[in-house]
Amino acid sequence: MTERTAVEELLRELSPQILGVLVRRYRDFAGAEDAVQEALLAAATQWPAEGLPSDPRGWLIAVAVRRLTDKWRSDEARRRREELGAVREPAAPPEVSEKDDSLSLLFLCCHPALTPGSAIPLTLRAVGGLTTAEIACAFLVPEATMAQRISRAKQRIKSSDVPFRMPAPAEWAERLRSVLHVLYLIFNEGYAPSTGADVARSALSGEAIRLTRALHGGLPDDPEVSGLLALMLLTDARRPARTGPNRELVPLAEQERALWDQALIAEGVALISAALPRGAVGDYQLQAAIAAVHDEAATAEDTDWPQILALYGLLERMTGNPMVALNRAVAAAMVDGPAAGLALLAGMDGRLAGHHRIDAARAHLLEMAGDVNGAIAHFRAAAGRTTSLAERTYLATKAARLGAIGT
Amino acid sequence: MKYMLLMSTAPVDGVPPMHEWAPQDAMANGMHMMQIHQELTESGELLGAEALSGSEAAKIVTGDGLSAPVVTDGPFPEAKELLAGFWMIDVESEQRAIEIAARTSAAPGPGGRPWRKPIQVRPVMSRPDPEV
Repeated sequence: MTERTAVEELLRELSPQILGVLVRRYRDFAGAEDAVQEALLAAATQWPAEGLPSDPRGWLIAVAVRRLTDKWRSDEARRRREELGAVREPAAPPEVSEKDDSLSLLFLCCHPALTPGSAIPLTLRAVGGLTTAEIACAFLVPEATMAQRISRAKQRIKSSDVPFRMPAPAEWAERLRSVLHVLYLIFNEGYAPSTGADVARSALSGEAIRLTRALHGGLPDDPEVSGLLALMLLTDARRPARTGPNRELVPLAEQERALWDQALIAEGVALISAALPRGAVGDYQLQAAIAAVHDEAATAEDTDWPQILALYGLLERMTGNPMVALNRAVAAAMVDGPAAGLALLAGMDGRLAGHHRIDAARAHLLEMAGDVNGAIAHFRAAAGRTTSLAERTYLATKAARLGAIGT
Repeated sequence: MKYMLLMSTAPVDGVPPMHEWAPQDAMANGMHMMQIHQELTESGELLGAEALSGSEAAKIVTGDGLSAPVVTDGPFPEAKELLAGFWMIDVESEQRAIEIAARTSAAPGPGGRPWRKPIQVRPVMSRPDPEV
C-alpha cells in the first residue's frame, strides 16, 4: 500500500463512520457504499485544492446522501427503495455517536451469517477503507474475484435482513466472538513471510491492529478485546526477527531478541496485565499471556516454561483445541524433558493424524532426546505434509542438517 | 485455502476419446464445464482456469544457464500423466474443493452418462500457520 497523505488518512478514518450513518438510515448496504465512495472521491479531489471544510464529517454525509438520493431517482432504483421502505421503513434515525456507527458497521461486517472468507474482505473494505485492489493483492487473488466476493457478502447481509445496530445483550457474546475471530484471522493472514506480496500482507496485520485498537477504544472494559489486542501486539513485536536474510523462517528459540519491538511488548504486557485480573478470562487473554511470557524472556533459555505449561493447560481445558494440546506437549518437554512431551504426543495421533504439526513437534522432541534418525524421519514427514512453502523449506533443512551430523 | 484442480488427458475406462463422441454429447460436456466456470466466477472462488494444448504443440526445454537452451518436441510422459487443463480456486475448505472436483468429474459423457473423469485436487503452498 502506498503512503497516504493527511487528507487520505482523514478520509480513511471517516469512511466507516459515514458508511455507518448511511447504512443505518437507509438500509441499502451496496447503495450506501457506492455513495460513500463517490463522496470520498469528491473530497479527495476537492479538499486538497480548496482546503478542508469546517465539518468534514458533515460535508461527507451531505454529499453521500445526495448521491444516494440522486441514484434513487432512476425508476428501477426508486422501485427498490419503495420495496425496501415497505419491508423495513426506518424510523427517524436516533442520534448515535460516531463511534457507535463505526462499531455497528464492524459488527455488521463480521456477522456470523457470513463465512470468514466473506467477512474478512468486507470488513477490510467497509471498515478498514482498503480498496478492492489492495485486498485482492494481499490475498493473492485477482481483483475481479475479490470484487465478486465482497459484492456477494453485501448481498448476503442484505438478504439476511440483519438489523444495523449494536447486538442485543442476548446475542452480544456470540457477536463479539465473531468480530474478534475475523480480526484475529486478518492479523494471521498478514503475519506470514511469503514471497511476492510481503508488503501488502504485512499491511494486513497493521490493519488488524488498527481495527482492534478502534474496537478497544469503543469497548475499553472488555477483557477479551484487550486480550486480542495484546496478543496481536506481543506477536507483531517479534516480526522483525521472524525471518532471516533469505526470507527463511526463524523459529522462536533461535530469534535475535534484540530485534523485538520493545515498545509493542510493553504495550501488550500492560494491556494483558490489566485485563487478566478482571476475572473473565478467555482464550485470547490466555494466548496473550503465553506470548507475554515468551516476550519477557531475555534469552530462549530464560523462558519460564512452567508458567507456559500451566497456561497451555488452562487454554486446552477451555478450548479443547488439539493444536493447543500439541503446544502443551512441547511445553511439557521443556519442563520435564522430551520423554514427557513424547508421551503426551503419543495420545494425540487420533485427533491430529496426518497433520504436519504433530510430525514437526515429534521431530523436535526426538531431536532433544538425541534420536537423530527418528527426528530426521519426522522432519521429512512434516515437510511432505505442510502446505506452506516457508515451513517446508525450514523442515527439509532441519532434516538435511541432522542428516549431515548423523553421517 | 487455494487449491489446484488438475485434469489429465488419460482416457477414462470404457469411454472413447472425446473426438469420437456424438456432437451433442461433447456440447453437453462443454456446457457443463462452462456452467461450473460461471458459478465459480460468481461465487468469487475462481482464480483462473486454462485448458492446455496436446503434446503435438508442446516443447520441452532444458537449460544449464550458460549455453543455449535445448528445445525438443519430447519425450512427453504417457498420456495418463499429461496435463490437459487446470482450475485455480480459493475456497473455504478442502471439502468444498472436493465438491467442485466431483462436479467437474461428473460432467456428462457419451449418452449423458457421468464422465467420471479423475480430477486431482492439490493444495497450493501458502503461508505458514501462525505459531500458537
